[in-house]
Amino acid sequence: MLAEALALSAALFTIGVVGVLIRRNAIIIFMCVELMLNAVNLSFVALSRYYGADGQVFVFFVMTVAAAEAAVGLAIIISIFRHRQSVNLQNINLLRG
Amino acid sequence: MTDPAYPLFYTFHFYLFGVIALASALAFVTRKSPVAAALWLVNVMFALAALYVMLDAHFIAAIQVLVYAGAIMVVFLFVIMLLNLGHPSEIADARGKWGKMAAGVLGLILLAEIAVVSGTRVRPEWVVPRGEMNRLLAEKGAIGVVADPLFTRYLLAFELTSILLLIAIVGAVALGRRSDHTTDPAEESAHAG
Repeated sequence: MLAEALALSAALFTIGVVGVLIRRNAIIIFMCVELMLNAVNLSFVALSRYYGADGQVFVFFVMTVAAAEAAVGLAIIISIFRHRQSVNLQNINLLRG
Repeated sequence: MTDPAYPLFYTFHFYLFGVIALASALAFVTRKSPVAAALWLVNVMFALAALYVMLDAHFIAAIQVLVYAGAIMVVFLFVIMLLNLGHPSEIADARGKWGKMAAGVLGLILLAEIAVVSGTRVRPEWVVPRGEMNRLLAEKGAIGVVADPLFTRYLLAFELTSILLLIAIVGAVALGRRSDHTTDPAEESAHAG
């Protein structure tokens, strides 16, 4: 089942990348990043079955980093919303030249 | 690609949860409402947890449900609720022609990469013998498989992770705190007290 799991993981990662590129809502883009992290976790778990349990330990670390990232990222989104009253990336163009 | 080592029951459910995960992911990126998108993403995570169980990662499946579907997605839903973003009408947020073309091209490139990589073979000397994970699970239990390397070989990384979480908590509180526009130090200290 290794090939199927890796193919599924790659397809989910692709969906996450496409989601980041076609959406403008910052929260949805953030959730697409979480989907990509999940896709990578799936390939770690699938490979850990063949190469030993270290992959599962790595998934554990990825989940911790994802939790930290979600906390900080959502706090940034909230503070942006307070300034702009929007999470649409079209309205957040301070760095546009 | 049928593997004789896996019974039909296993294969059927593997594909079933795989299709659920893929369909939910597609529904997730196409929903207009952030709440609907978040709930579809929870569905993806549950399907992935089922796949983790089938891939002999029982503890990871449990914390996938508890941490990802339970904690992280609840934080997302809280923020959607807090910012009152649940109305799909105001979010016509699909990008224009160029963004969609870029997404389509990049998606096709990544899918082509899958097709190329799926033809490669893993080296046999990298592969642990079949049933190794089952032996480990029987010997150490579902948690011991992860906990044993976590607290021995990866102890430093584990401790650094706790520092990372502390930094994230402090950072989230500092960023999310409502900044008062008063510059009066007396009122500032009254707020802090």
